[in-house]
Amino acid sequence: MDSATSRASAPLGASADNGLKIVIVGGFGVGKTTMVRSVSEIRPLNTEETMTQAGAAVDDLTGVHAKTTTTVAFDFGRITLDARNVLYLFGAPGQERFWFLWDRLFQGTLGAVVLVDTRRIDDSWYAIDRLERHGTPFVVALNDFGGPDFAPAQIREALDLDPHVPLLRCDARSRESAKEVLITLVEHVYARYAAGAADPARPTQELV
Amino acid sequence: MNGAGGRPGRDDAPDRLYTLTGGRSRAGADSPFDLVTLVVAECDPVPGMQSEHAAILRMTERPTAVVEIAAELRLPVGITKILLTDLLDAGRVSARHPRQEALPDPEILEQVLVGLRNL
Repeated sequence: MDSATSRASAPLGASADNGLKIVIVGGFGVGKTTMVRSVSEIRPLNTEETMTQAGAAVDDLTGVHAKTTTTVAFDFGRITLDARNVLYLFGAPGQERFWFLWDRLFQGTLGAVVLVDTRRIDDSWYAIDRLERHGTPFVVALNDFGGPDFAPAQIREALDLDPHVPLLRCDARSRESAKEVLITLVEHVYARYAAGAADPARPTQELV
Repeated sequence: MNGAGGRPGRDDAPDRLYTLTGGRSRAGADSPFDLVTLVVAECDPVPGMQSEHAAILRMTERPTAVVEIAAELRLPVGITKILLTDLLDAGRVSARHPRQEALPDPEILEQVLVGLRNL
């Protein structure tokens, strides 16, 4: 993976005033950084956040409390949408130890893309479960690694995916394909919030 | 991810981070800065200023997100937020926070869709 070491070019316009976030979440090697790179106007950058979580007392006699320090590294890229809105794409790991950072780091995110490798579908369960619990809108994108060609229904069943969650195939290396994934996500968010969350009978979105 | 030695925030002695922030280790949950808050310099660096503060003022001549500043300084986001809070309190930078609401604003979502389709 690239390690960006210098300033990305292309400074934002002076009128930019609204940063937006979309998070791409998935297992190691599933193509998160590749997807960020496909659509980003800057070379993907990498940074990290360290959080300390107070744990349970490990020794009641001394009152020593364990602390867990978790460091999460993530890649990100940027898309200038118009004179005011700037979209930041974050590639974030899907592992369990990452999730207690979610609220702090990705609060207010527009939504998430769960990037799935069909050869390792099980890697995605945890992320999907957590996104559902957080109430974060998301789409599932199957990155094409030439893995088994499952029918959409099989994938949905394997992931125990809610019928309203869009499922689509993508090629994370392709700008057009990555764009389509992001547009599908934002349309999903739009449908969910603007057209009214009051309509639970929306049709299943089958985009595969 | 990065190989060893690529990232001062992780690999340097903790002393460096401690010194940078005067011993403060947390930006706190009440930090006004979001990852994508856009920071804009309100003045030029002055001689004698802490080098990280000066670097931030130089890189925020145009709006720059907190996460980009952290990446460029090669510091963890939390430490970067502490440095930014100092500058904000001193009036040396201004902050354009994301317009976050409980629910996304349909108007903003439309703008996002238009922007993405135009890519």
